[in-house]
Amino acid sequence: MKTNAAIIGSGNIGTDLLYKALRSASIHPAWMVGIDPASAGLARAHDKGLKTTAEGIAGLLPHLDDDAIGVVFDATSARAHLDNWRALQERDVLVVDLTPAAVGPFCIPPVNLREHLGSGHKNLNMVTCGGQATVPMVAAVSRVQPVSYGEIIATVASVSAGPGTRANIDEFTRTTAAAVEKLGGAARGKAIIILNPAEPPLIMRDTIHCLTVDEPDQEAITASVHKMVEDVQTYVPGYTLKNGPVFDGKRVSVYMEVKGLGDYLPTYAGNLDIMTAAALRTAEIFVEETR
Amino acid sequence: MNLHGTKVTLHDMSLRDGMHPKRHQITVDQMVAVATGLDAEGVPLIEVSHGDGLGGSSINYGFGLHSDEEYLRAVVPKMQRARISALLLPGIGTVDHLEMAVDCGVATIRVATHCTEADVSAQHIGMARKLGVDTVGFLMMAHMISAEELLAQAKLMESYGANCIYCTDSAGYLLPDQVTERIGLLRAELSADIEVGFHGHNNLSMGVANSLAAVAAGAARIDCSAAGLGAGSGNTPLEVFVAVLDRMGADHGTDMYKVMDVAEDLVVPMMDTPVRIDRDALILGYAGVYSSFLLFAQRAAENYGLSSRDILVELGKRKTIGGQEDMIEDVALDMVKARGG
Repeated sequence: MKTNAAIIGSGNIGTDLLYKALRSASIHPAWMVGIDPASAGLARAHDKGLKTTAEGIAGLLPHLDDDAIGVVFDATSARAHLDNWRALQERDVLVVDLTPAAVGPFCIPPVNLREHLGSGHKNLNMVTCGGQATVPMVAAVSRVQPVSYGEIIATVASVSAGPGTRANIDEFTRTTAAAVEKLGGAARGKAIIILNPAEPPLIMRDTIHCLTVDEPDQEAITASVHKMVEDVQTYVPGYTLKNGPVFDGKRVSVYMEVKGLGDYLPTYAGNLDIMTAAALRTAEIFVEETR
Repeated sequence: MNLHGTKVTLHDMSLRDGMHPKRHQITVDQMVAVATGLDAEGVPLIEVSHGDGLGGSSINYGFGLHSDEEYLRAVVPKMQRARISALLLPGIGTVDHLEMAVDCGVATIRVATHCTEADVSAQHIGMARKLGVDTVGFLMMAHMISAEELLAQAKLMESYGANCIYCTDSAGYLLPDQVTERIGLLRAELSADIEVGFHGHNNLSMGVANSLAAVAAGAARIDCSAAGLGAGSGNTPLEVFVAVLDRMGADHGTDMYKVMDVAEDLVVPMMDTPVRIDRDALILGYAGVYSSFLLFAQRAAENYGLSSRDILVELGKRKTIGGQEDMIEDVALDMVKARGG
């Protein structure tokens, strides 16, 4: 039996997540929560058979128990998430937070999702799109040998960076750099984001540089990187190693491309796809393991 | 062109854009010596930061010999008249860097974005304004869009609180008529109390000509660099522009002979290689590629046995923009694959 889920936020991210969840073997999207009765996203969700409310979190709360909601995805904003979490924290649901609020611990499925199982955490934060795309590669190096410095450069198509990201781009660089350290295992982390307006829009590109403490074990790091790419590909098939790992002294560089599935968002928006795919993956593993 | 009596505020780039050809390895002593010299000759604004702005020190752009803070703390107290500015590219540096720079005594913050992405600068321009410093919006790679599109982005930066807007020719691609069109429209349509500025690169030898066109079209601030020290084939050479302004009777406020001496005696000896229009720099200007890519492309060409010109042309085809230095090794590796290893 599938676990019922609600999605808060009927915009691009929420809708893309809905399309993915409709294919899930373990999650059943039951509710879509918005704040605008005229929202196209709510209408779309209704057409797909979901119950909808335009009353925000308040419209969902009375139905949590009746509809046996086990997972709530929050695809709103960091500020709205604080309110949503306040309303949900005493309830028996897993909250998967796609906003940069970072109330709960960071979660990047192939890196640390297993650690969260049985931890009692009921709020997991999906870091940033750049974090989902790059931290696995930092971790792939640091699980072989110590990394003194990790640096990532995420380049996304301008049209795929929404107003929230643009208004607070520092939140991206800070949160991603923190995840490069905490989850990636680099002693020090740095993150850079570039918005490129080229037409047709470019597919998300990510470069990951690591400096190892000692001479890099090229064979072991190469194998580890390839294994990690495969792990991410299980939920983001378009996660592709374009070049590398390149070894230059103690520098290890990996060049990635992230192409989305094109569920609702276009394929170039791999940055958004990897967020929704990682969020769904997180929920699926939680419900499968705790069932 | 009659610029007689026209006031021009010169802004020296040799200690920021000049960090690119120096691979960000300018020493603190060199910084202090050049800045002190420029200050003494009357240059009112001098930029000091990593070449890619505050927080630019990285594998991607090159680690600085010193931190931005170390450079700023050394240079700012030595200034008699000149104000020190710092550059910040949102996405690379954050408001934390900006606050640090203002704490060091920086009087001008220049917030730089790609010419179509002004809306990532609201937070940083707003903070600079709140801290009470001269706040500049710096629209890079301005050749990639029309004058009208540039104006729309400039108005965004004005709305966030910038008191000066730059048309930045990062690739050294623009020709004088194109500068006239862009600066003219910005001057005509932005509020009268907003200054307009121009930042050129000399890749097509248009640095001085474009800067003159900018002044004639209403630009109040012009970026120059002593001895031209800057990315690609460098910026508009300060001493040459001053000599031309002098001949035209413009009010540039500097001592021409001393400017020449700083360029010749202090900056030229710092150069690792001559900053000139070699064929790679020429290709930057011809193909419209970000000037800072030059040395990275040359290094990748050497490492992988390729032509740096081919790499730069390919970067242009891929529509790369400022900050995408990571794509240079990636392009080189693709070219190695294409030729069969």
